[in-house]
Amino acid sequence: MDSINVNEATSKELLGYFQAKLDEEAWEAKRNGKLVCWSASVAPPEFCVAMDIALVYPETHAAGAGARKASMDLLEVADQKGYNIDICSYARTNLGYMELLKQEAMSGEKPDKLKNTKAAYVPLPDLVITCNNICNTLLKWYENLAKELNIPCIIIDVPFNHTMPVQRHCKEYIADQYRVAIKQLEEITGRAFDYDKFLKVQEQTQRTVYWWNKIASYATRKPSPLNGFDLFNYMALIVCARSRDYGEITFRKFCEELEAKDQAGQYAFGPAEAEKHRVTWEGIAVWTYLGATFKGLKAQGSVMTGSCYPGMWSLVYTPGDLESMAEAYTKVYINTCGANRYEEFYKVVKSSKSDGMVMHLNRSCKLMGLLNNEGGEYVNKKMGIPFVSFDGDQTDPRVFSEAQYVNRVQALSEMMDAQ
Amino acid sequence: MSTIKELIAQFREVADNPKKAMDDYKKETGKGAVGIMPVYCPEEIVHAAGYLPMGMWGAQKKNISKARSFLPPFACSVMQSVMELQLDGVYDELDAVIFSVPCDTLKCMSQKWKGKAPQIVFTHPQNRKMAMSAANVFAREEYAILKQKLEDILDVRISVKALKNSIAVYNENRAACREFSDLVAENPGLISLKDRHAVIKARWFMEKSRHTAMLKELNDLIRSADKVPFSGKRVVVSGILLEPDEVLDIFEEFGFAIVADDLAQETRNFRQDVPEDADPLMALAKAWTAFDGCSLATDADKPKGDILINAVKKYNADAVIVCMMKFCDPEEFDYPILLQQFAAAGVKNLQIEIDQETTSFEQVRTRLQTFSEVL
Repeated sequence: MDSINVNEATSKELLGYFQAKLDEEAWEAKRNGKLVCWSASVAPPEFCVAMDIALVYPETHAAGAGARKASMDLLEVADQKGYNIDICSYARTNLGYMELLKQEAMSGEKPDKLKNTKAAYVPLPDLVITCNNICNTLLKWYENLAKELNIPCIIIDVPFNHTMPVQRHCKEYIADQYRVAIKQLEEITGRAFDYDKFLKVQEQTQRTVYWWNKIASYATRKPSPLNGFDLFNYMALIVCARSRDYGEITFRKFCEELEAKDQAGQYAFGPAEAEKHRVTWEGIAVWTYLGATFKGLKAQGSVMTGSCYPGMWSLVYTPGDLESMAEAYTKVYINTCGANRYEEFYKVVKSSKSDGMVMHLNRSCKLMGLLNNEGGEYVNKKMGIPFVSFDGDQTDPRVFSEAQYVNRVQALSEMMDAQ
Repeated sequence: MSTIKELIAQFREVADNPKKAMDDYKKETGKGAVGIMPVYCPEEIVHAAGYLPMGMWGAQKKNISKARSFLPPFACSVMQSVMELQLDGVYDELDAVIFSVPCDTLKCMSQKWKGKAPQIVFTHPQNRKMAMSAANVFAREEYAILKQKLEDILDVRISVKALKNSIAVYNENRAACREFSDLVAENPGLISLKDRHAVIKARWFMEKSRHTAMLKELNDLIRSADKVPFSGKRVVVSGILLEPDEVLDIFEEFGFAIVADDLAQETRNFRQDVPEDADPLMALAKAWTAFDGCSLATDADKPKGDILINAVKKYNADAVIVCMMKFCDPEEFDYPILLQQFAAAGVKNLQIEIDQETTSFEQVRTRLQTFSEVL
């Protein structure tokens, strides 16, 4: 692929370039006999990167397929395999895609759906790594990938934190699993674990996370130079490249652009007066209707300034300290008790200076959806701001109704006006 | 000496009236009861405290209305039912309630408890095979915290001796339950499916040594009973639970006998014993990491298919019927893998949908009727 001048390129160009480069690198690894690992989005990549294993992220791949209106074909493949329509649509999209790749690998011929799909073309994995800090669904999904492909499965089990702060035995258990994962990787690769590189990778991860969090901080300014929906796009690199410098380079550039915008008096919707309301979005994006969900809010002058979702990759820890890294990966807000979860949500709403909340009752994500009302009520009690909920799904286009969504965000706008 | 009919009536009395069973226990012992949410709570700890562990598996054909404010329609029906019962105050006479959180719905349920009883939440480790020793240490600590919280709430002390005794009591009950299931399989037609279910379900609401004593008596009677002619089909069932009872009636209507189950409410609790260990909390921890075959216990080897296929062979079954709890995604994830394994092993199978709330059974009837004709 063509190279890019990182000094001259825009952050958007960098984002596109590095996303494509990551896929290309995975294919290159495959061609050169190196290993490819499919990874859960908030599983620690540090171990595989230290061992020079290429990573592919099924959730990001599924989200991309959804955004390109390509998920329905893949969902149908999963459906034919017996996957119930009530299962997470990321999982179904990916398991459908995996099935097509598997058919291709076994027959030597590309099935039509794979030939015609607009989803990115990625290689089959040689191993998988999963982590349940954002749901236990990722345990089941990766069990199936490992079983279907007969490949090793590395599990980082981060137990649900019913008590906060994170308890010592939880951190010790996770750190012990890191050691088991290292041993598994040594066995799989036949090489000794590279601890020096691991430390460097951890340091890189911290730099990437710093710049990722810095982007979100622009939404605390009022008016906001950041259109929060952009976080959904740039998220691809905090997921797929946080242990590489691709994320750091891109996010730093995006921060520079946001700074310049702010200095020039240019904000999310252009002039300052276009920002009529500021809202927090709770839940995963509706990838299949990203434009429609954005426009629905924009039509009301509502800028999305807050969201807990991008903050799930705020994985701050001390390099060289496995227990610190364990704590960072387990304290993702949806992996904690209600009291902590609602307070974390409140902090996002407050720091983003939101006037209202839009709650995505996501058919695919019980862990993010089933406590939406409790979170909304908690914030409402503390700040007196309204919230609305709409039915949707991250990548199954059949669940979302644009009319209902527009109706709800209009109602929210009216409630915010009345405040 | 009681007859089979009389004993089963006693089990049914308990299974159908958990509240009365709890009240009787309180009256007899002067102690209380602790609610046990599904699934796989180390309830031996509650037993060792002298309290009655009470299973909380929802209710059959319960009309769900108030729970709708707290759960979307895509939460499973057991949890809908448990939420409705919480809001009805049904659990308010419990002295404590214990939640495990092995699925995303249970994690959320554990954070929206509406009952009056104090609540204890614990987490099962899921990296049970590759990181077994670390998982054992973690589970032991979770159980130690659970025990401490329970002691504080109930104001009792649970000794090592009492806990070891409770584990022995539970293992004896597990053995009796396994024997019961096997004896029923040897003489299908003697015990109705509803009765089989009631006998096993009653263990959720009875002090276990009492359940064991009654069950041993029943097992003896079944063993010496004459063989009942049976010309129907022998099936293994798998799922979370198999209710309402009307579904079991339909099984019988079309000549199906359950010769083994793989249900989270039934055999998955007694398929394996708690192992011997000098430290009883570690014994309970090891039982969890050794446990096999439930969708809620992570294992990348996915042994459930082999367990079911082996059961088909062992019990000379004609088919497996997967009783899919509606909206239970962990179970739904296992199904496509099972389908492939059944096809490879030549095991005939059918999936039916289980919804604890349902009052309409026509779809299940049609599916079972068709399947019986196919077999």
